[in-house]
Amino acid sequence: MSSIELTAKINKIIKFSNVDGPGNRMAIFFQGCNFNCEYCHNPETINICKNCYKCVDECPTNALYIEKEKVVWNDSLCCECDRCIKSCGFDASPKVKEYSVSQLVKEVAKVKAFIKGVTVSGGESTLQYKFITEFFKEIKKSWPNLTCFVDTNGSLDLEKDIYKEFVEVTDSFMLDVKAWNEEEHFKLTEKRVENVIKNLNFLKEIGKLFEVRTVVVQGKLNNRMTIKNVSEVIAKTDVRYKIIKYRHFGVREILQETLLPPTDKELEELESLAQKLEVKNTLII
Amino acid sequence: MILETIKSQKITFEQKVVTLARLAEGSIEVLNKSEALKKYIEDGIICDLFEGNAPYRPRYIVPDYDVFMQNGSKFLNLDKPTNIWEAVHGLLILYKHVPSITTMPVYLGNIDYLLEPFIKDESEAYLAIKLFLKHIDSTITDSFCHANIGPKETKAGLIILKVMRELELPTPNLTIKYAEETSDKIAVEAIQTALVTAKPSFANDKIFRDDFKGEYGIVSCYNGLKVGGGANTLVRVRLGALSKLASSKEEFLTKVLPEVSKEMLNYIDERSKFVIEESGFYESSFLVKEGLLEKEKFTGLFGFVGLAECVNNLLGATEKKDRFGYSEVAADLALEIVRSMSSLVQNHKTKYAGEFFGNTHLLHSQVGIDTDRNESPGCRIPVGEEPEIFEHIVQSAPFHQYCPSGIGDIFVFDETYKSNPEAILDIIKGAFETDMRFFSLYSDSCDVVRVTGYLVKRSEMEKLDKGEQVLRDTTILGKGARDNAKALGRKLRSE
Ligand code: SF4
Ligand code: SF4
Ligand code: SF4
Repeated sequence: MSSIELTAKINKIIKFSNVDGPGNRMAIFFQGCNFNCEYCHNPETINICKNCYKCVDECPTNALYIEKEKVVWNDSLCCECDRCIKSCGFDASPKVKEYSVSQLVKEVAKVKAFIKGVTVSGGESTLQYKFITEFFKEIKKSWPNLTCFVDTNGSLDLEKDIYKEFVEVTDSFMLDVKAWNEEEHFKLTEKRVENVIKNLNFLKEIGKLFEVRTVVVQGKLNNRMTIKNVSEVIAKTDVRYKIIKYRHFGVREILQETLLPPTDKELEELESLAQKLEVKNTLII
Repeated sequence: MILETIKSQKITFEQKVVTLARLAEGSIEVLNKSEALKKYIEDGIICDLFEGNAPYRPRYIVPDYDVFMQNGSKFLNLDKPTNIWEAVHGLLILYKHVPSITTMPVYLGNIDYLLEPFIKDESEAYLAIKLFLKHIDSTITDSFCHANIGPKETKAGLIILKVMRELELPTPNLTIKYAEETSDKIAVEAIQTALVTAKPSFANDKIFRDDFKGEYGIVSCYNGLKVGGGANTLVRVRLGALSKLASSKEEFLTKVLPEVSKEMLNYIDERSKFVIEESGFYESSFLVKEGLLEKEKFTGLFGFVGLAECVNNLLGATEKKDRFGYSEVAADLALEIVRSMSSLVQNHKTKYAGEFFGNTHLLHSQVGIDTDRNESPGCRIPVGEEPEIFEHIVQSAPFHQYCPSGIGDIFVFDETYKSNPEAILDIIKGAFETDMRFFSLYSDSCDVVRVTGYLVKRSEMEKLDKGEQVLRDTTILGKGARDNAKALGRKLRSE
């Protein structure tokens, strides 16, 4: 391991999760994202706190305080009221903990008997690829039976040399394909789609694509086009296509009015389109 | 009371017959009870769970059905079965002659292993098994009746699970014995079935097999007993109520608990003695004569409920962080109490417990009865106070080793697990690696739900709410547990 131990900001750890890959998994949510999706369900994970202190006064239990000019969170005092998050106009959260690789490995040790593996998610986990590479290497060393999954928005070009080791040590990826059309993707996420599609093909080729997810929003997105194109890439493979119904839950309030959940009928039609295009494993949630 | 029973429109004919028999038995006094014991009974601290005043059959009977499959039965004039129809037919006849405290059998055998040799044509076997299970549900109208499958994957086992998913019936209760040799395939099928119909539960095969030196059966709620034997009686102590007699935890551990245990053990002896020496059961039952039962494989059960309330009382714990399920101090005290009880039980040698068990009774974490208030089942964390599932398992597991004849926790999972049943299997594997003995689950969307250890249909309880008759007497108990003990308010596990 590198001499200066790597650390990363983590927004949340769910010890037991059944929706982040195969079996029961420990899911680790990293802080920070390079997209800014309109429908983001955890917008407070997008930015890293800029220490403006605005939220500190809002906290009813004094769980937030300032130390060496930085906001510190004392989780044992926190009552989970989320007033801090609502008051932050910057899409950040003060409820973030810094973990070193070995501290995080200790968290895995507690639950190792109960899980099939770990999944890193976000925010956007791949932005911390160096940390994750070391973390996964440590896991494989201690518990070779645990699998290591990455949940990603696909924005980094994973074919590049610098990510080689990271991709190697990851057992499989879960990739969001939010839209296929360049303009639509840009409007939704403020980033280009090019790398996402490149990754879709690349990860499929190397057999490290566990699942693709598309969130379906009524009217706003050309869901059909996205699902058709993704389906053509993953047809006849074991890659699962998860078709996710957009829900208001967690989404920024001002955007809730402009985004509408699809009907169950639309979801079923999209699923049967994928099935017709020979996607073997589909799931609507 | 007799006339009231005779005239009742709320209970069925069978339920009337059983009630009348109980009233008759209750009208005589043949057991010796000490003054101290009588006081404990009066105060609701010791209770024999309505076993009656003159026990004329063991409480739980666990016949060795393999003997029947090999020999048939002279008494019942049945030959050894040679095909699937004769096999289910023979078993159904035999079941009607297996007594218990409920009058109906509490154990039906490892039904997959019993039927597997007869499975030639799978579609025929499917029909035979479907009729078999339907027949059991409609005639053994009490879901303390329990069948076992596993640990090996069998064709019969897979068919049984499929049929149970389709029928969604509360009887029989079912447990899968889970071991390393259990395939993931049948384990996942079992979980998918449990998410629809609240069974099977999972038994940690290795722990039970070690404790019972080989074959064991899971019977009634989740009681582990020796195949070919059973339990003559089950008497229990309400630890929550008992704890109020002590002014400190020291006094509880050194005085109150040993005193009550002595009375309990003597009472278990006294009841067993009547079954063994007076009732004539072991001399007259064809099950004994034909080798399906052996007196020496019977023991007595020392049950307890309300560990959580006991510990919280003794510690004066009102805040969540100090209570059983959350605080380490509470967990340590609880373990000390269970350990003391366990050694009190083991050190009591008696000729009224079978040689197989070294002439000792067994400790049993009892699930409670419908009229219990303020006593949680056995070692369980009170419903509504459960911590996150991981903490819950880690907190519960250490108690499981002390209760060979049964202990268990129930977990309720939400719909999302139906698309990832493997996640539950991972949790069960971890729980068993942490030495949990028994794990039950159901989904919040089931009609059939697990109350404390037995199963009922929500829709049937609703019938009772309206004053209508129901087929199964367990529904009445379920309604009581729901109303008095919030038994259906368990924490929902999601994500
Ligand atoms: S990629 Fe995910 S975390 Fe990032 S903004 Fe979009 S939805 Fe939010
Ligand atoms: S979380 Fe937001 S409001 Fe609070 S200090 Fe950081 S940037 Fe400011
Ligand atoms: S959620 Fe935020 S505001 Fe609320 S108690 Fe916790 S730290 Fe304070």
